[in-house]
Amino acid sequence: MRKVKIYITLKEGVLDPQGKAVQNSLQSLQYNNVQDVRVGKYMEVLLEESENLDEQINRMCDQLLANPVIEDYSYTIEEAG
Amino acid sequence: MKFAVVVFPGSNCDRDMYHAVKDSLGAEADLVWYQEANLADYDAVLLPGGFSYGDYLRSGAMASTSPVIKQIREAAEAGKPVLGVCNGFQILLEMGLLPGAMLPNEHLKFMCHYETLTVENADTLFTTHYESKEKIRIPIAHGDGNYYCDEATYQQLRDNNQIVFTYDNNPNGSVGDIAGITNDKGNVLGMMPHPERAVEALLGHDDGLRLFQSILTHWREHYAINA
Amino acid sequence: MPSTLEISPEMIEEQRLYAEMGLKDEEYTSIRSILGRRPNYTEIGLFSVMWSEHCSYKNSKPLLRKFPTEGAHVLQGPGEGAGIIDIGDDQAVVFKIESHNHPSAVEPYQGAATGVGGILRDVFSMGARPIALLNSLRFGSLQQPRVKYLFEEVVRGIAGYGNCVGVPTVGGEVQFDDAYNGNPLVNAMCVGLIGHKDIQKGIAAGTGNTVMYVGAKTGRDGIHGATFASEELSEESEGKRPSVQVGDPFMEKLLIEACLDVIHHDALVGIQDMGAAGLTSSASEMASKAGTGMTMNLDLIPQREQNMSAYEMMLSESQERMLLVVERGREEEIAQVFRKYDLEAVAVGEVTDTKRFRLEHKGEVVADVPVDSLAEDAPVYHQPSKLPAYYQEFQSMEDYLPTVKDHKQTLIDLLKQPTIASKEWVYDQYDSMVQTNTVVTPGSDAAVLRVRGTNKALAMTTDCNSRYIYVDPEIGGQIAVAEAARNIVCSGGRPLGITDGLNFGSPENPEIFWQMEKSVDGMSEACRELNTPVIGGNVSLYNESFGGKAIYPTPIVGMVGLIEDLEYITQSHAKTAGDLIYMIGETKAEFGGSELQGMMEGRHFGKAPALDLQTESARQQQLLTAIRSGLVESAHDLAEGGLGVALAEKLFNQELGCDVTVEGDVTTVLFSETQSRFLVTIKPENKAAFEEAVTDARPIGTVTDDGVYRVRQGEVVLEAQTSELKTAWKGAIACLVKSKA
Repeated sequence: MRKVKIYITLKEGVLDPQGKAVQNSLQSLQYNNVQDVRVGKYMEVLLEESENLDEQINRMCDQLLANPVIEDYSYTIEEAG
Repeated sequence: MKFAVVVFPGSNCDRDMYHAVKDSLGAEADLVWYQEANLADYDAVLLPGGFSYGDYLRSGAMASTSPVIKQIREAAEAGKPVLGVCNGFQILLEMGLLPGAMLPNEHLKFMCHYETLTVENADTLFTTHYESKEKIRIPIAHGDGNYYCDEATYQQLRDNNQIVFTYDNNPNGSVGDIAGITNDKGNVLGMMPHPERAVEALLGHDDGLRLFQSILTHWREHYAINA
Repeated sequence: MPSTLEISPEMIEEQRLYAEMGLKDEEYTSIRSILGRRPNYTEIGLFSVMWSEHCSYKNSKPLLRKFPTEGAHVLQGPGEGAGIIDIGDDQAVVFKIESHNHPSAVEPYQGAATGVGGILRDVFSMGARPIALLNSLRFGSLQQPRVKYLFEEVVRGIAGYGNCVGVPTVGGEVQFDDAYNGNPLVNAMCVGLIGHKDIQKGIAAGTGNTVMYVGAKTGRDGIHGATFASEELSEESEGKRPSVQVGDPFMEKLLIEACLDVIHHDALVGIQDMGAAGLTSSASEMASKAGTGMTMNLDLIPQREQNMSAYEMMLSESQERMLLVVERGREEEIAQVFRKYDLEAVAVGEVTDTKRFRLEHKGEVVADVPVDSLAEDAPVYHQPSKLPAYYQEFQSMEDYLPTVKDHKQTLIDLLKQPTIASKEWVYDQYDSMVQTNTVVTPGSDAAVLRVRGTNKALAMTTDCNSRYIYVDPEIGGQIAVAEAARNIVCSGGRPLGITDGLNFGSPENPEIFWQMEKSVDGMSEACRELNTPVIGGNVSLYNESFGGKAIYPTPIVGMVGLIEDLEYITQSHAKTAGDLIYMIGETKAEFGGSELQGMMEGRHFGKAPALDLQTESARQQQLLTAIRSGLVESAHDLAEGGLGVALAEKLFNQELGCDVTVEGDVTTVLFSETQSRFLVTIKPENKAAFEEAVTDARPIGTVTDDGVYRVRQGEVVLEAQTSELKTAWKGAIACLVKSKA
């Protein structure tokens, strides 16, 4: 089994209202060196081994998990015990 | 004329849409469960608001991968009127029938109240019963209604007159105050405000009714007479 | 062997493990004698939850018996998921209020959200479609960061759940007082509509019939935390720590639709939701009510986590679950109804004629107890009650008379008090319009929803001024019911009945128990006089702030009224300049427990405003008759902040003005909170007819179109721009929320 860790973030240039709110809150807590916050999503997908794992994951992300109009994604694959 | 109101798991404005068409407009309508739909039997397709699949992952994302989507695409290609309201609009965006995407409201809160809209294009099949630049009152109720598209897309929407409704007081941060857009053919309309909630004076306003009347008029002019 | 058996019945007794589950020594002894042996771990768990106050009302039962519960139109009184009242045309209204205070104090978003989910299930498990949600909230001071966080998250939680399931949140109330600083109150009310023939009961009838489980899988959510306090019990105690209940409104929406489909299926015998005490209460209550028994095989329970014990499954409070009893042999027909919605209905047990509640797990019998002993035989306590010292002191005080120098500034300050200020910041986050029946949206005296397909409407409200109840529980209890009825009447409705959400401190404190007793007495008296039976409700005790300080006694009244013709629907705000303004009722200097007292003195004391129930009832009936005769343009009851505030609220909607002349002490006239008063506007041509219909009405002025709020006593004593007042009132809460503490 493989554990795929998928990170989905808003594209550069797309306004992130949640990130802005978190940034403001951090700054009001006196973390004055905070320059920017982007809020994203994190998913774990447990998969059976297959030859074209990368291709499969990319398809999943393009088809459903991320919206290419506003989001980018990246992922890592780990051994799942 | 017969309307299909497509019901997804988690749709919750489906009955409101049905009543608007059936009781207020006086046309035929069916609630069709997404797995049992045969949209070829209908003259127009309505995608109601709500929280399809709980709006988990992204609003409208999971509904946009369900099998009925193929039929919705076919209806759109056949030139039938397709209207998506609120979650229905989000589904149309996710399935790529309309350009752009939805982000959370600028102030991150769900909002429910009346907004004043300007009718930017009164020549679409959805808006012939309005005057161009007319101000109408229609309620909004959404958390993810902040319409986003890139600059080039926005320019294209403007050039093709695809922007149908704009907010007078942009409540959610939408690009260009956009409240509703059509596809380039003009037969698919997505809008965040709820016209089906504004069809009876008893409940406040009836400005939404004319949208449905426009669809009916279009059908009568183009199909009923020929048939 | 199931892990629960590692803890032997002897250990439970010797180490008094039952005490950690909230059972007293004498309760344990009683259970032992019922069983004729020592209870095992699972069994003692069953008793601990079923004999808790929440399920058994063991401390409040003697008080609840005082409520009038019967009436000609009551189809279902207390005892089922929710009460039902006939509204004619073979239709009925179903409603209930329930608290979710403690979960909301710990995790406000999920606490509030699951509170909404629970009350919805109470209503749709009766076979009714939920048509409206209301909520009654109490928070401490918004100056405190923690309170601000609780307030924002509770509102977001209510919105997150209610908006998603597609039931409009149409009204309620929010009040703020230091008394709730450590202990917010979150009470949610649901109103449903049902055809008489669709009314369901939660019964497990018919020996041999099948018990089916539907909905979310069972996890370790919300299991009583204290149980796992002893580290040495298990090496896995870390993994067994109770977790917060998390709501899934999408699952709930599917359950609503599926359950409203399945009630039309003739194979369905009984249906009940799994609320507090989950599987234990739903299963044992269904069998007990039917006079039957039940056997369940816990191996068949859909489980979300691995290696769950019988104890954990039975005590889990996982959300969005229902228990059904269906005719034997027809399970597949029922399962098919649910399959449409991607829900699995699983057979987990059988109705027996043994009157015993028998559970099997991994081939062992893990519990076998008389079913009535769980649902019916909980002890009933008659707690001692003692007149509190504070009350005696308040009664002996001179009447409190505030000194107000600047009436305009005082009015503005009152309008900015969070309890009085506009709640738009709250209700804008709620979808109040879905289902397209909402005629009067939040912000008026009561919410009004039309009943589709008829010419009728329903008015609904929640009310409870806990300051009055604190200073005088009996009068305060009367006022709570009377005020709810005023709100219904002002909307054009005839009050039908109430549901009560009783929130108090510890009943074991005699002074608190006295508050409970007296407020229930007061509510009962008012319910009898106003002909509004109590058809159900909820009790939440042990609400205490940090340091053991009890909350203000807060018995919330949820009331529903019937508007027999859409023409009668009336709103609180003035509509047209030139209309005459009338006040119904006279004003005395009554400031004990008032908003002005709290604002000026920082606390509430003295005597509560007096209430004469006969006068109250007569005025309500006269006003309702006038409304139904078409004589009234707008109607509003006088509540917190008195005439001064009510008059301002009347003008805000269209920013109209008023020119009003008052007599007597200006501070008293403007800000006293004398009861049984109304503010009404009428068309000039209806003057004679209105004065004849409402004998205690006096003209005080006119509505103007100059946008100026003007009060005279000879000369002008208060003049302000309506827009200025509105700005103060409208922005106050948003301003408090945004400000950095």
